[in-house]
Amino acid sequence: MTTVEERPAREANPSATAADRPIGFGRIQRKEDPRFVRGKGNYLDDIVLPGMLHGAILRSPMAHGRIVSIDTTEALAHPKVHAVITGTDLEGLNLAWAPTLSADVQAVLATDKVRFQGQEVAFVVAEDRYSARDALELIDVEYEQLDPVIDVRRALDPGAPVVRTDLEGRTDNHIFDWEAGDAAETDAVFAAADVVVKQEMVYPRVHPAPMETCGAIADYEPIDGKLTLYETTQAPHAHRTLFAMVAGIPEHKIRVISPDIGGGFGNKVGIYPGYILAVVGSIVTGKPVKWVEDRSENLMSTSFARDYIMTGEVAATRDGKILAVRTNVLADHGAFNATAQPTKYPAGFFHIFTGSYDLQAAHCKVTGVYTNKAPGGVAYACSFRVTEAVYLVERMVDVLASELGMDPVELRLKNFIKPEQFPYANKTGWEYDSGDYEPTMRLAMQIAGYEDLRREQAEKRARGELMGIGISFFTETVGAGPRKHMDIVGLGMADGAEVRVHPTGKAVVRLSVQSQGQGHETTFAQIVAEELGIPPEDIDVVHGDTDNTPFGLGTYGSRSTPVSGAAVALTSRKVRDKARLIAAAMLETRPEDLEWEKGRWFVKGDPGAGKTIAEIALGAHGTVALPEGVDGNLDAEVTYDPPNLTFPFGAYICVVDIDKGTGKVHVRRFVAVDDCGTRINPMIIEGQIHGGLADGVGMALMEFIGFDEDGNCLGGSFMDYLIPTAMEVPDWETGHTVTPSPHHPIGAKGIGESATVGSPPAVVNAVVDALAPFGLTHMDMPCTPARVWEAMQGRPTPPI
Amino acid sequence: MQVTMTVNGTEVTRDVEPRILLVHYLRESLGLTGTHWGCDTSNCGTCVVLVDGEPVKSCTQLAAMTAGHEVTTVEGMADGATLDPVQQGFMEEHGLQCGFCTPGMMLTARALLDRNPDPAEDEIREAISGQICRCTGYATIVRSVQWAAAHPAAEGTTASEVPA
Ligand code: FES
Ligand code: FES
Repeated sequence: MTTVEERPAREANPSATAADRPIGFGRIQRKEDPRFVRGKGNYLDDIVLPGMLHGAILRSPMAHGRIVSIDTTEALAHPKVHAVITGTDLEGLNLAWAPTLSADVQAVLATDKVRFQGQEVAFVVAEDRYSARDALELIDVEYEQLDPVIDVRRALDPGAPVVRTDLEGRTDNHIFDWEAGDAAETDAVFAAADVVVKQEMVYPRVHPAPMETCGAIADYEPIDGKLTLYETTQAPHAHRTLFAMVAGIPEHKIRVISPDIGGGFGNKVGIYPGYILAVVGSIVTGKPVKWVEDRSENLMSTSFARDYIMTGEVAATRDGKILAVRTNVLADHGAFNATAQPTKYPAGFFHIFTGSYDLQAAHCKVTGVYTNKAPGGVAYACSFRVTEAVYLVERMVDVLASELGMDPVELRLKNFIKPEQFPYANKTGWEYDSGDYEPTMRLAMQIAGYEDLRREQAEKRARGELMGIGISFFTETVGAGPRKHMDIVGLGMADGAEVRVHPTGKAVVRLSVQSQGQGHETTFAQIVAEELGIPPEDIDVVHGDTDNTPFGLGTYGSRSTPVSGAAVALTSRKVRDKARLIAAAMLETRPEDLEWEKGRWFVKGDPGAGKTIAEIALGAHGTVALPEGVDGNLDAEVTYDPPNLTFPFGAYICVVDIDKGTGKVHVRRFVAVDDCGTRINPMIIEGQIHGGLADGVGMALMEFIGFDEDGNCLGGSFMDYLIPTAMEVPDWETGHTVTPSPHHPIGAKGIGESATVGSPPAVVNAVVDALAPFGLTHMDMPCTPARVWEAMQGRPTPPI
Repeated sequence: MQVTMTVNGTEVTRDVEPRILLVHYLRESLGLTGTHWGCDTSNCGTCVVLVDGEPVKSCTQLAAMTAGHEVTTVEGMADGATLDPVQQGFMEEHGLQCGFCTPGMMLTARALLDRNPDPAEDEIREAISGQICRCTGYATIVRSVQWAAAHPAAEGTTASEVPA
């Protein structure tokens, strides 16, 4: 079922007042906002523990080098320094290397060699943050510089320096080859096709760069051996388990607290050396130790994103029927394979590169390699590399459209999977749950005034002005995932929820996921409200504390609503079922004679005879004689193992004007029509989309972590790593359609990353469209003024 | 050294290291953690406070340089339980997500509205152009400031009426 809803006019979307506030789904203000607007958020660096010390990390100045010696004498002599820890010290504790989330190991502090610029070399613990940094200057490290591997295209050359000499028997930089789809079948379709187009494209290395950098405070209590670890983490439970495995501290003695998080976007999924060092620092000094990285450390050493070189090919008929897509990818994973993704999928969910189209065949091969760059790979709201996949297919469809001389919208409409084909089994192993693409595309065209835009463009072209219209239609795959297929370091990707209704009818819901700004305290209260009829303001949402929440894998890959949202809905329904039994006892009737209306069980045919959820809660905790088999209290717990992923989709249209003299791209309009299934809080959904669109404009036009040939990071500060400000983005125009997920309890699909995934190709397609008069069919991101200008001169270059 | 300044209407004197940045002084010496820190290069604006009514990146100036001046932080925006219309506007129009850039954005908006009570959209965008928000894509921040401009008194906005 698809419902196309008109785009609400701005005025028709007011915040609900106290009187008409919905109990359940709808636009309500966020429950978390009162503290944030008062400056009373509680972020990691706001936390001060008694006697707390401060840590700072000394980092490698070069991309590749052998450590000859480290002299810490002077630093240790600093009056405010309590400890200086090196890799050699960690070796003694068996902590110099830690497992990554991708079955590799990563140096916590370098022992033998440094393998990227910014790698952790020593850790200072001092009385305050200024002294800790002063002491870094007093550590003397002697390096012998080695040739680095920087150009990923040369990483597999026979003579290339070997990055991972620490791994026994390693003689090259190859990490993995991974394939999906049927190569022979695909090759056969290509061989017989009328039209084949091919394009190499680079999805450059970018960085999530949340406004709050990463950090941790470790508080190890030696007497009872309990470690309380405050961390900027999107996955507190997974971190606790991993810490138990890595540090050998029993899991029940570890409490991970993730306080308010100032943005995550995937940057706060992994366990960084700094977190482990804070723990070691606390154990060594016997005091709480805080470590907060600075911005350069964040950009240079924590999880980057993308860095895929993709060669795409499409086979089609002359009249525009797309038959097959194939691609070869070279993936730069940096010095350690530390991407955070389900074990069976070393390239994440890249194999959804078949997009929104009904194909006869598809095949991809991804090769992962080591280079002397920071580790990472899956981060920045990418839905486990759906971002790269969507960029590839949406760019390729435009390349085909230009080859065929067809309108890019028409070409897409002609090839969409049809509504009656869902659930749709694609050629690389996915089963798309639901979709109805054409109405979504048409709504976007209507909002944009597509025909008028094309007319305007034709007029402008005739006058020599550069205007471009870019289309992108994406299908996401989120909500990982069925535990039989998906785990991260052996932990199944399920999530728990617990709902407890207090005697007075107020409630608490406990979650395994963790908000980084998505508004979980509101959305999850609304799900309980919808199911139980308790107003959202009467529901406390507890998250981010492993001592007080059920186990689960956390928030990334847009999985909170698809997985935890389902867990919360089902838990609430369990509570409702239990309430029915108790209400029947209270009303002296049979449960099957009762009917539910929001917030109340009543006797069928006698609406006056009923009990509200609050009355039932009081009964459940009171002296009501409970029926056989019903224990007291009104609560339930569920661990949700999703049967499939969810497949949100959307149609984006971007309009750009390019200054002919400077190459500067101005994004004039951006229309986004999203379908995330059932909508819980439209205001929050719209906010998630807006943020992702700004990300997309950023990646397409300015964000880029580059390196020079020596491996110096050229994107290590906000002077060089450019993020859009309010001046570079337009006022977003949004609309939506609603195609619920058939397998999700409330039909919701998730929205957190849709716009980040879907928008970069719309912007680049618009830029390339604007540059069509120059005969251009492709240019790589970022489309900075200098690079666009070069492209206009016939020299489009891949980014370096 | 001893430094005296007025913070949120109260005169405070503290002994500080001469090199301490205003942002760290506010956060660590005074415990006013609503002012945030987000970069090493004065690009992000999460640290913006008002000094004598003008937006200033508090990472660009030393606490010592602020002696004798009046500083307003996010903690000083509300009048007791009554929120500043800008604060109310950010809640009404979803001007914040993670909340990290929010104090700086709100203070810049306050300074803008003080000198231009009815700013156009591009004036709002320009006013906040020295600050980065990674979450909202800015449109809702613009709308939040417009809401505040349209509700200058935001009468009766008290803490008890704010949805919990
Ligand atoms: S902390 Fe980034 S501008 Fe001040
Ligand atoms: S709300 Fe997160 S950075 Fe602005």
